[in-house]
Amino acid sequence: MRITIDPVTRLEGHAKIEIFLDDAGEVENAYFQVPELRGFEQFCQGRPAEEMPLITPRICGVCPGAHHMASAKATDGVFGVEPPPAGKKLRELFYAAHFIHSHIAHFFALAAPDFLPGPDADPAERNILGLVAKVGPEIGGEVIKHRAYAQKIQAMLGGKATHPACGVPGGMSKPLSEEERSQIEEMARSCVEFARQALRIFDQVVLGNPAYVDMIRSDPYTMRTYYMGLVDEAGRVNFYDGKVRVVDPDGREFATFAPAGYLDHIAERVEPWSYLKFPYLKKVGWKGYVDGRDNGLYRVAPLARLNAAQGMATPLAQAEYERFYDVLGGKPVHHTLANHWARLIELLYAAERLLELATDPEITSPQVRVIPERVVGEGVGVVEAPRGTLFHHYRTDERGRITGVNLIVATVNNHAAICMSVKKAAQGVIHGGKVDQGILNRVEMAFRAYDPCFGCATHTLPGQMPMEVTIRDSRGHVLERIWR
Amino acid sequence: MAEKLRFAFWWAASCGGCDVAVLDIHEKILDVAKLADIYLWPVAMDFKYRDLEALPDGFLDVAFFNGAVRNSEQEHMARLLRRKAKTLVAFGSCACFGGIPSLANLFDREEILDWVYRGTYSTENPAGILPQPSFAAPEGELTLPRFFSGAFRLEDFVPVDYFLPGCPPTPEWILRAVEAIASGQLPPRGAVLALDKTVCDTCPRQKSDKKVKEFRRHHEIIPDPERCLLEQGLICMGPATRGGCGALCPGANMPCRGCYGPTREVVDQGAKMLSAVASILDSDDEEEIRLALGRIEDPVGTFWRFGMAASLLGGRAFDAGSAAPAGSRSPVGATATATSAAAGVETASASGSSPVAGGGKR
Repeated sequence: MRITIDPVTRLEGHAKIEIFLDDAGEVENAYFQVPELRGFEQFCQGRPAEEMPLITPRICGVCPGAHHMASAKATDGVFGVEPPPAGKKLRELFYAAHFIHSHIAHFFALAAPDFLPGPDADPAERNILGLVAKVGPEIGGEVIKHRAYAQKIQAMLGGKATHPACGVPGGMSKPLSEEERSQIEEMARSCVEFARQALRIFDQVVLGNPAYVDMIRSDPYTMRTYYMGLVDEAGRVNFYDGKVRVVDPDGREFATFAPAGYLDHIAERVEPWSYLKFPYLKKVGWKGYVDGRDNGLYRVAPLARLNAAQGMATPLAQAEYERFYDVLGGKPVHHTLANHWARLIELLYAAERLLELATDPEITSPQVRVIPERVVGEGVGVVEAPRGTLFHHYRTDERGRITGVNLIVATVNNHAAICMSVKKAAQGVIHGGKVDQGILNRVEMAFRAYDPCFGCATHTLPGQMPMEVTIRDSRGHVLERIWR
Repeated sequence: MAEKLRFAFWWAASCGGCDVAVLDIHEKILDVAKLADIYLWPVAMDFKYRDLEALPDGFLDVAFFNGAVRNSEQEHMARLLRRKAKTLVAFGSCACFGGIPSLANLFDREEILDWVYRGTYSTENPAGILPQPSFAAPEGELTLPRFFSGAFRLEDFVPVDYFLPGCPPTPEWILRAVEAIASGQLPPRGAVLALDKTVCDTCPRQKSDKKVKEFRRHHEIIPDPERCLLEQGLICMGPATRGGCGALCPGANMPCRGCYGPTREVVDQGAKMLSAVASILDSDDEEEIRLALGRIEDPVGTFWRFGMAASLLGGRAFDAGSAAPAGSRSPVGATATATSAAAGVETASASGSSPVAGGGKR
């Protein structure tokens, strides 16, 4: 018997889940497939490197800011330049705003409806409107307002929030005016308060409900893996810059490396049944779709970032970080659904960091850019995208024209883990061939926690992933079909 | 109030930015929800594919289609939505002109697969495995869709009523389009819902009709924020690009890259840009012009950044394994002007030893 979920939703297209049941109706195996490719790694060849920050945001219109920044950093390398301090701070300010947009959209539009009204609610109510009906319309207004602030700040710097144009080799295309700075400061203060409010809502709705805490801790949503994230010089979470730190399933440091050294640590595997590749830790090796210390499978995104780091760089977020591990029983936390809480802690960090940068005396300096004077011919740019570590690697000819591009996109890092989470959740909730709406949603929740690009917030506004489940017998005959 | 309108939103080969653009009308999204019932929006609602098939033909008032068409499922949806909707809107630059995904039309599909799955630096694939349309897993067959040889426009498959360009379209124009639909004040079919002026016409930068001796790459200078970028020697697509965006990129002190496509009178955006570039050069000497054009690093990938599928250069044949388009794929730009201009680019890129020289077909 097989269950086909097609389309789940999209990653530059769709994703598809195939669940195979044995004769007893228990889950035998599950495949998570990505059926589309556009080929950026190929068609960027021949383009001048400085154009890459303008081209690569089109990989994803939901996290264009992440590609823009990773690309700008990679071109810094290609041309052997380092942005001046104000240019670097301005990039980070832009990027903090990007995180605020993305994390707000994901939590409120996508994740929260699983907890309020709840995982087994009528699918017609299990969406942001159903959430707003429970928490009140003023919260809905605050969600829209603060996401709009975040978009506005990015547009001030980049011309537009979706597909910005401000990141150039050597810095930023224009400085920030005092008038703009003061507007940003005001919006940032409001975002800090909003993030605290979001955490209070999470406290009330999720942590205040023992059934949800049990679900977060339950086995179908728990996997012991390695974790990866960018950290600053003090080992704290940083979205824009730093070194990549990897911890093992016991939380011990496994590796810390500069972005340029990523090829020593990460390899990607190709499977004939998906257009998406499967990265793994090279020094541990690939052992299949199993968790534990012996397999090089690792995870990225909010929970992984918190696990891979030693703290947060802003005071309010640090306090929340400590509470997170107190409540969930110490580091590392292996509960996939804890990503939602981690995401809100990061939202608070992004808002605090935005405010810090907006009030930095250097932020309005006109020195935001240096002009390159040479071509080094190679650059690696790494940032933390909202959905995890993002690698852009370019090689060029002597005139800075692209000869090779390698991209490891945030969600791709999680690909093997998502496959496993889906299988594990399916094994945990599907028994005797019985499938209903609530069970389907619990399978979905396993990968929704990763905020995968193919199911990210804006792709599923009312919290509803499109799904078709077909149950077939072993000869492929359709026994039952469920729509939602 | 009259009966509510019936809308559908659909995405094909796109990045999701067009859907984010719809969200970026912020609180006005609630007005749209009052105005229309949305029957399909995979970004936001249940995906009820067969429910859509079950609707009577012409049931939907408007279908908004974003993304290029680059596989058979997307072609199927284009035809289905055309049948179900009274009005079909090509939403965003990918649906209108192919967009950035159609830069892939410069390469063969096999080249793309080989690099992505075998050549990229972090890939370890000693057996040379490629994703397969059909794979026999131990538990049963797993399938993947087949892809066309390139990315194509919506109008290459079905007649399109309106074009809403932009990468992405601005919230302002999305709202204008919705208001026009709501009030029944739509322009004649076939219209482009944007200005019929160029980005240059709307750009606040000062122009002094100054000629340039040579072109620079945008990372090589810090441009004056007040003066025309083209006159400072940067390739800015403003003269060849339709306005309506508000000249946002020049506002960020960066050159336009042409995402709104050509204006009405222009058949081929890249050809138009080539003539704009030639006319701003401070030379009548053919050899000097040729050398100056040769300094433009990637004319093909710049002049046709968003319009490869709409150009002669991107007119790749479909591969044998995929359906041919329905005959509406006329050789756009096949005028004497565009042909000679495209040939001019070949010359230019050849002298610049561009890796995509030769009309882009490497």
